[in-house]
Amino acid sequence: MTSEALSPSKLGASGAVEPRGAKPKKLTIARVGVYAFLVIAALFFLMPLWVMVVTSLKGLPEIRLGHLFNLPAEVTFEPWLKAWDTACTGRDCNGLKPGFMNSLKITLLSVPVSIVVAMINGYALSFWKYKGSDLLFGILIFGAFVPYQVVIYPLIIGLSKVGLFATLPGIVIVHTIFGMPILTLLFRNFFASLPPELFKAARVDGAGFWQIFFQIMLPMSVPIAIVAVILQTTGIWNDFLFGTVFAGRENMPMTVQLNNIVTTTTGVREYNVNMAATILTAAVPLAVYFISGKWFVRGIAAGAVKG
Amino acid sequence: MSQFAQSSDAAALASTRPPRRARRKFNVMSILGTTPMILTAVGVFVVCIIFSFIWSFTNSKLFPNFNFVGLDQYYRLWASDRWNISVGNVFVFGIWSMVANMVFGYLLAVFMDQRIQQEDLFRSIFLYPFAMSLVVTGLVWQWMFDPNLGIQSAVRQLGWTDFQFAPLTNQSTAIYGVVLGGVWNGVGVTMAILLAGLRGVDGEIWKAAKIDGIPAWRTYLFIVLPMMKGAILTAFILQCTGVVRVFDIVIAMTQGGPGVSTQMPAIYVIQHITDRVNVGQGMAAASTMLLPVIAVLALQGILQWNARRKKEKAL
Repeated sequence: MTSEALSPSKLGASGAVEPRGAKPKKLTIARVGVYAFLVIAALFFLMPLWVMVVTSLKGLPEIRLGHLFNLPAEVTFEPWLKAWDTACTGRDCNGLKPGFMNSLKITLLSVPVSIVVAMINGYALSFWKYKGSDLLFGILIFGAFVPYQVVIYPLIIGLSKVGLFATLPGIVIVHTIFGMPILTLLFRNFFASLPPELFKAARVDGAGFWQIFFQIMLPMSVPIAIVAVILQTTGIWNDFLFGTVFAGRENMPMTVQLNNIVTTTTGVREYNVNMAATILTAAVPLAVYFISGKWFVRGIAAGAVKG
Repeated sequence: MSQFAQSSDAAALASTRPPRRARRKFNVMSILGTTPMILTAVGVFVVCIIFSFIWSFTNSKLFPNFNFVGLDQYYRLWASDRWNISVGNVFVFGIWSMVANMVFGYLLAVFMDQRIQQEDLFRSIFLYPFAMSLVVTGLVWQWMFDPNLGIQSAVRQLGWTDFQFAPLTNQSTAIYGVVLGGVWNGVGVTMAILLAGLRGVDGEIWKAAKIDGIPAWRTYLFIVLPMMKGAILTAFILQCTGVVRVFDIVIAMTQGGPGVSTQMPAIYVIQHITDRVNVGQGMAAASTMLLPVIAVLALQGILQWNARRKKEKAL
């Protein structure tokens, strides 16, 4: 938590910190061993992705032959179309489309809301402490460790009392609540690391709470906000538990729908359709991961530092 | 910034004000701005937990009620095989996940630290599973563990006809299948954290160890590893919270089966507040889940307090 070695900036930049292991002189057996280990490990990590892709491109008869790792003898995109358009969840046969749209809605709303809320929290906790603000922050951090199951049921009751249970605003509120501990910590640590003169100078000039926030702090916090966006986008897209409990049938996110498609198929199990659906669900966070690169690692580090 | 310059009159005015009043005025804005935080901290993380706790002493079924039945729900909980197995499972899952994560994660970090070519490529490969949800992870591994069409059959077709590798079909091995899926998903993060820790260690250590003729592997294991407590603690805490919450991957991979061999406390709670319509029982289980968290936090608090007292004594 306090270890300086773990500051996101050090973790993230790939070239910033030089490796410090023993210097290699020439190609020795040990060197070959190092690469052999890394390549085998890489194959282990890539294997499921490979299996997913080749399975999704095969026809069912070919899958039944049991050549799990082989390239498809005959490439078919039928499973992809079916997963997207006509795969069945119970009685509805609309594929993953509705789930994708729901996840898109939930993510596009929850990410900005949760980040703006946390940003203001972090700003207030760094510069505008009031009586009890530190205690509130302590409770919030405690909340980061609480198993979700302990608060879920009362939250269901509370949200249904105000008519928000199983609605889009409801699930957005839930994501804002459970993202708040880590994000607030992230922004608080960021604002606390800024030179205090910045704030004092603005205060002397007579700027108030919102003026300082919008004109000074907001523009400065763009890098940390990007980290937060990555953290939240992947986190909310990949969420399963809250989607199951709070979203309701109307707003069922993609992960929940995927699980329903795969686990409740009646009749023939279409492994190729299942794998195509799995790839489709993983596509958005994977795209975020490969586009954001080192920022993603920073996001993980930031999430990890929550301890 | 230009606006501030314009309002210098106001600033002059403000500075003549008694400081206490000025502070209070702005604190109103601060409180207003952090209303969501106040509501979350108090309304969710205090009030909701209190309600869970209260309902754990009632016989609530579909809807919560306040018919108190004392500790009945807790007696029933600990008399339930399903719950006891769940608790056992979460320990088995937790210990094996953590050991595998730490060992494999540190090995990967050490090998990544050997001035290798293509470090970024390897890092991307080791980390990408973490970008995928645990549901996706669970479903992929479930497919690969398929006894008839998965890895088992693929290897058998290579000629090794009695090859056995379908952990999810067997009650005694299913949980290790889940562990494998979980480790695949998360070990890259452990690697990244530990690698950052490794590189945070003072470079002079390496020179000193080399001069003393200590072999590299011993330096890594006995000198460097104890120096990166921060990174290890971070990785450890991250895994602990993941273990207590384990839910998605089990639902996707085994639905708690075969039998109850991969049941987890988190699933037990959700099942009781949904399908099994027994809120009182679910809340007793949820409240019990909070105990280890409180114990760990209390322990940390005591340790900190002790350390502070020692420091004060030393002064």
